[in-house]
Order: sequence, then C-alpha cells, then structure tokens
Amino acid sequence: MALLELKNLVKDFGGLRAVNDITLHVKKGEIFGLIGPNGAGKTTIFNCMNSYYPITSGDILFKGKSIKGLKTYKICHLGIARTFQIVKPLARMTVLENVTAAAFCRIKKIKDAKEEAHKVLEFCNLTSEKDKLAKSLPIGGRKRLEIARTLATKPELLLLDETAAGLNPTELDEAIDLIIKIKDSGITILIIEHIMKVIMSISDRIHAINFGETIAEGTPREVAANPAVIEAYLGDDYA
Amino acid sequence: MNKKNGILVVLGIILLVFPLVVHSDYYQHLIIIAFIWVIIGSSWNLLAGYTGQVSFGHAIFFGIGAYTAGILAMKLGISAWWGMMFGGITAMLIGLFVGWVCFRLRGPYFALATLAGGEIFRLIATNWEALTEGMVGILIMQTFRSKLPYYYIGLALAASCIYVVHLTMKTKWGYYFVSIREDQDAAASLGINIVLYKNISLLISSFFTGMAGAFYMNYMGFIDPEVVFSLHFVSIMAILVGIVGGVATIWGPAVGAFVMVGLQETFRSAFFGLAPKWVSQGHALVFGLLVIFVIMFFANGIVGDWEKIKKIFFKTRETT
Ligand SMILES: Nc1ncnc2c1ncn2[C@@H]1O[C@H](COP(=O)(O)OP(=O)(O)OP(=O)(O)O)[C@@H](O)[C@H]1O
Ligand SMILES: [Mg+2]
Repeated sequence: MALLELKNLVKDFGGLRAVNDITLHVKKGEIFGLIGPNGAGKTTIFNCMNSYYPITSGDILFKGKSIKGLKTYKICHLGIARTFQIVKPLARMTVLENVTAAAFCRIKKIKDAKEEAHKVLEFCNLTSEKDKLAKSLPIGGRKRLEIARTLATKPELLLLDETAAGLNPTELDEAIDLIIKIKDSGITILIIEHIMKVIMSISDRIHAINFGETIAEGTPREVAANPAVIEAYLGDDYA
Repeated sequence: MNKKNGILVVLGIILLVFPLVVHSDYYQHLIIIAFIWVIIGSSWNLLAGYTGQVSFGHAIFFGIGAYTAGILAMKLGISAWWGMMFGGITAMLIGLFVGWVCFRLRGPYFALATLAGGEIFRLIATNWEALTEGMVGILIMQTFRSKLPYYYIGLALAASCIYVVHLTMKTKWGYYFVSIREDQDAAASLGINIVLYKNISLLISSFFTGMAGAFYMNYMGFIDPEVVFSLHFVSIMAILVGIVGGVATIWGPAVGAFVMVGLQETFRSAFFGLAPKWVSQGHALVFGLLVIFVIMFFANGIVGDWEKIKKIFFKTRETT
C-alpha cells in the first residue's frame, strides 16, 4: 500500500484549472520528486494536500484513508508536514521557540518539547542560531528553520517545497545532505524542486507536470529522457 | 533578573501600604480605577498583543460583567461578590459567542467586527429596558463605605490577572498564541488548532475583563450603557493602555494603565485646576496625539522600548 495516494486530483481557481486530474503514489521510505515549470501547479498540489485549499474533485489518501476535507492542523497530527516555498518564519519568536511550538504537536510537557526542539536544531545544524529571532536569519537559515519545524512535528511524510531555491552552492550541498539524512531517519519525502542537480541526484522517482497535468513519471533517468519533459521543462538545458 | 524581582517587591510593598499612608479618598480612588485598567489592559493584551487578535470591542465584556453583577444584585438580591464571579463567567460565555462570529474574519476585519459588536451590545443594553433599566442605569448599594476594601480587592484582582497572563504565556498555550499572531497559516500547518486557541485566548481575556466590569459595578454603585459599553472610554482606552504601556509585554498594560489614568485625570481636572477649564475638553485630542507619538517613536510602548527610553534619558543628561 502506498503511503500517499492522489487520485484524479483537480483544483480550480475560478475559471483556471491549476491541477488537472493528477494521480500519483508515494511509497514509504522513498524520496519522490515533483517537477514542472513555473506555474505548473506544484505548490497548489501541496496546498490541497494539507487542506490550505479545499480540493475541487478527486481524493487524497494517506495510509489508505481519505484526508479530504480535514482541517490543516489535523493533517499535521496525522503525520504529514510541509514547508512553504515562500518561507513563513514565526518572525518575532526565536528559532528555538519556533521549533518548540511545533514540537507540542506530539509532546505535552514544555520541558520535553524544548528538549525535542534542541535535538531537532542539532540535527538541522541550527543550534548556534537558536536564540536569534527567526526574522534575523538569512534565507539559508530560514529554509533550514522551515525544515526543523516540520521535523519537530515528527511527520511520516514530509512535503518540501523548493527548499533549495535561493541557496548558494555550499548551502545547496548542506541542504542535500540534510534531506538525505531525513530520509535515512525513516521519513518519506515528497519534494518540489527546480534545481536539477538536487532533484536528479536525490529522488528515487520523479513525477513531472505541466499546466496542471501529468506529463511523465519514472526514475530520474527516464524522466530526464522523456521528450515531453524535455520540451516542457528542461528545454534549454537538456535539448 | 534579581534587580527586576527587587523592583517588583518594592513596588508591591508601596502599593500595599499606600492607602495606609495616603488617606485621601481622591488618590485611593484614582489607584482603584488604575487597577481596573490594569485588568482590562492585561486581558486585552493577551488577546491582541500576544495572540494578535486586535479587539476594538472589549467594552462588550466589561459591560456584560458590570451588568451581570448589577442585575443580580438589584433584581435578585444576590451579593455583589457572587456577582463578580458570575460577571466573569457571563462575559466568558458572551466571549464564546463573539469568537464564534468574529473569528471567521482575520486582521483588520476581525477588529472591525469587534468594534461593531461593541456598539450592538451598547444598543441592546440601552434598549432592553426590562432587563437593564436602559439609560436610567443601575444603582446598587455599595458593600463598603470605606475605599480600603475596594483598594485591596482591586489590587488582588489586578495582580492575579497579571500572574495568570504570565503563567499562561509560559505554557504550550502561550507558544500557540504567539505562533498564531506571527503567522496563522504556518501555525495551522504545525498542528495548531488556530480556531480553538484563539477562542481560549478570548475566553481568558473576556473572563478577566468581565470581572473588572463587575468590580467596577460594585465599587461605583452605578452604571449605565454609555459608561460601561462605551467605545471611547472602554474599548479604545483598553487599546491605548496596551499600546502606551507596551503590547505583548507582561508589565506593559500595568504601566499603561497608570500612565493613562494619570493623564486622563490630569486633563479631566484641567491640570488640577491650574489650567483654564476648556483644557478638560482636549483630552481626546491629546490621547490621539499620544498614540501617534508612541507609535512613531516607541512602537513597543514604554515597557517594550524601555532600553531605548533609558538611553535617550541618559544621553540628554550627559550632554547637559
Ligand atoms: N490562490 C490562488 N488563486 C488563483 N490562482 C492561483 C492561486 N494559487 C495558484 N494559482 C495559480 O495556479 C497555477 C499554479 O500555481 P502554483 O503556485 O501551484 O505553481 P507552481 O508549480 O508551484 O509554480 P512555481 O514553480 O512558480 O512555484 C498558477 O497559474 C497560479 O497563478
Ligand atoms: Mg510553487
């Protein structure tokens, strides 16, 4: 059984069909890449998955059960956590407070929640920043904070939305290492990414969309060689 | 840390012995009113400052608390002190309803909804004469003739309100409130039930504000809708107390309460009779200017920007 299943997912914004009949399966333990050109509908799929938007039709199954229509916070409690493409730091809270707030998702006591937060910060290499206000972090730090917060909710499935965008080459390598480390800790990852170096090197399988529709799915090699993908997306780089 | 505790102890002792040393009814009265504003300001601050849900309608809870105590005492002969408990609880129930309606809206729309809510409750209290006596108002016998008991009850209420806010902010609830203020979409995605926690914040806030209203009823012995449901004298004043003292700080509203009550009285009495009478008309204008001044130069209020204020103070002393 797949950990996550999207079944004929459709999302309309008024007259615009942003997501059109997407069906995909994410297996437990894998890194599943979701790619597509700007405006293809990737973020919208995430927004549907955590009920930020209601879906127009279709279904989303997590561990075989529909999560359609559940409240956003409930989906997090079920074990799906997400990062935001446009990062959303809790700006006037410290880094530690950001992560502690998230840790309360599974932990009642404040002392234990703080302890968990410290562990997660260590894991994400943010310990030295822990007492800084989230708003004072540079973009690289903010992106790592996004990930740290989601990890503190102890997810089974992690949705990463362009975590590598805007990072310098060193930060990029660190981000890749972090993502692999997360996978090795047993968390399944669904990742949206534009940077080919990242997505091609870490994904087990990739699903490509354009104009809200599926154009290809397979291993990174297969997808990179697919003519529809090359035309729609990789164009300049690979053609 | 120790220095701070020291200051608190000294302030506490000063407040405790003040009415024993200063026998003037006038000054005792001013401080009792300031205590009431400490409660309202701290409650408002929990909801607006910490949880980010800026209420322009705290008069709803103040008025409901006052009327609950007043009606119970006048019509059913229930002791005013039970009235304080019921005043808080009734305000909380009304808070549940206000939350149910207003939390559908975000940001400035929420603020406007609470503003409208305040006016609606004022109109209800004015027109439902069978229950509230309308514009005639409610008059009850005060329990004590001396101000001393009121002084200490007010002090105890204000202190417990500050303490409860302080404790709340140290728990999971506190983290959740601030998370909601900072970004409610991010908060929801981290597993926070934002509707539930906004309501919890509102319930605590409305409970204490209702108690303050009931205490006001008991202390003053008289209320009418224009006073306790007043947009200007309650809802806006609550915001001023919070902003001037320092939003999202534990002590801000307490400092704000004393500053604002002091200012209000200074103007009301036209600088204690030293200035011409028309000055007393100008207090709304001065309050407006004060808010602009604070927002422009000390956006975090007196407590929030204390370091900045101290620096300016020392600098000017060094140069002169
Ligand atoms: N809230 C909204 N209301 C209306 N249209 C929207 C909304 N959100 C997204 N869209 C539209 O849906 C389409 C898909 O947007 P989406 O953000 O999902 O793209 P994306 O694949 O994540 O792109 P990018 O790579 O630029 O992040 C776009 O045409 C976008 O303009
Ligand atoms: Mg996107």
